[in-house]
Amino acid sequence: MIVSSIASFGRYCLFMGQVFRKPEKWKVFFQRLVLEISKLGVDSIPLVIIISLVIGAVITIQMVINTVSPLIPSYSTGLATREILLLEFSSSIMSLILAGKVGSNIASEIGTMRVTEQIDAIDIMGINSANFIVLPKIVGFVLFVPVLCVLSMFMGLLGGWFISEFTSMISVENYVFGIQSFFNEWYVWYGIIKTIVFAFIISSVASFFGYFVKGGSLEVGKASTNAVVSSSIIILLADVLLTKMLLQ
Amino acid sequence: MIEAKNISKWFDGQRILYDISATFDTGKTNLIIGQSGSGKTVFMKCLIGLLTPEEGSILYDGRKFREMSEQQKRALRTEIGVLFQGSALFDNETVLGNVMFPLKMFSPMSHEEQLERAHFCIKRVGLTNADDKYPSEISGGMQKRVAIARAIALNPKYLFCDEPNSGLDPRTSILIDELLSDITHEYGITTIINTHDMNSVLGIGEKIVFINKGHCDWIGTDKTIFKSKSQSLNDFVFASKLFQEVKKFLEREYEAEEDV
Repeated sequence: MIVSSIASFGRYCLFMGQVFRKPEKWKVFFQRLVLEISKLGVDSIPLVIIISLVIGAVITIQMVINTVSPLIPSYSTGLATREILLLEFSSSIMSLILAGKVGSNIASEIGTMRVTEQIDAIDIMGINSANFIVLPKIVGFVLFVPVLCVLSMFMGLLGGWFISEFTSMISVENYVFGIQSFFNEWYVWYGIIKTIVFAFIISSVASFFGYFVKGGSLEVGKASTNAVVSSSIIILLADVLLTKMLLQ
Repeated sequence: MIEAKNISKWFDGQRILYDISATFDTGKTNLIIGQSGSGKTVFMKCLIGLLTPEEGSILYDGRKFREMSEQQKRALRTEIGVLFQGSALFDNETVLGNVMFPLKMFSPMSHEEQLERAHFCIKRVGLTNADDKYPSEISGGMQKRVAIARAIALNPKYLFCDEPNSGLDPRTSILIDELLSDITHEYGITTIINTHDMNSVLGIGEKIVFINKGHCDWIGTDKTIFKSKSQSLNDFVFASKLFQEVKKFLEREYEAEEDV
């Protein structure tokens, strides 16, 4: 297993070497880049909004319920909600969710192109297929993902605000004061940096699994699953490393 | 002209091709025939450069493929059109987008000229009112036509077709064969068609290379194929009842000729 993992990593590095080359035609590259930003990024906005709103609201409710003590100031609910969202949810957890949506999308699309000989057709024209297909996906997703991260932070905080506004669990003043207290701007940058790294992992690992599919539609499905599982594990490992590097 | 000299290919220690040598003539429809699993697709992929043979050499009009630099290979690829078995059309592009693709990537033409060329190619393969349709919205026969239009968009010198009739009804198969033959003669292309369809063999086989279990067993034409003494070729050609009847008929004809 160790040997095959090292071999796969080697193949992944060689694949990345193929991907990160000068595009055949910049005009076509930018056209594809816009398309991929729309497909992988903009199309993920509804999912990010719904999940962040709900999780923000749930975190706020959990915090209110679990911090009932005269020793804990009432604004701590907002503060804790903000810290959870900024530090972990909007970057790591959201990336894990996007690994499912975007990762499987990329792996199945490229895998289908492989088994239906579309990649061979591109290669035979003398075009670097890895560069042509994969580079716009990686660049597009990495470029757009900070927008999703910041949007998730905002929507999560908004979800908490809805709880304070429409229930009697916590007052709006306390919640707003909490989310403004002891604010450390670096946490936003920390979240964004993590998300960019995770976006690269999601798009490149999924592309790798899709590009090297062999067989038919069954293998495309397997590749899609493997891409999501592998990128999720790598994201979790990278999360530990990045947290140690960026917050210590 | 494309020449293959002593091509040998192994996969995981198993030999697939054994010293295959053949010449494919310019301006003719050259057919590679053989049973499924005989190695004809591997041979064609070696000719195109999608697979690298362990032994032997391939010459495109005297230019040795193996000795070419990456840049020369890329230049050569713009002279090659390929029709894949499953058409290999880009799902997210329309018919027009698919035909425009090679033009966009390689042609120095203006956008208007590219459009004009793409429309010409689409019209040449007999498609009308299909520009804005996606591959999933058109029939298998139409997909083949689009793939042919895309393959000829850059005026290729060499056209490779991998089982162009697979999955098509007999009538559409004949139309596709005729189209490939017409295009070959019209533009003087070196066309190589990989098939096991005997209708294609008889209809457009100006030169035929028969591959059996990785060996080149016979080379001839549609005129000489019925007179061949090769047992493996006869087993392949006369496998169906229809062609067995044809064989009996031809033998009677030959006997009558000899009596006269």
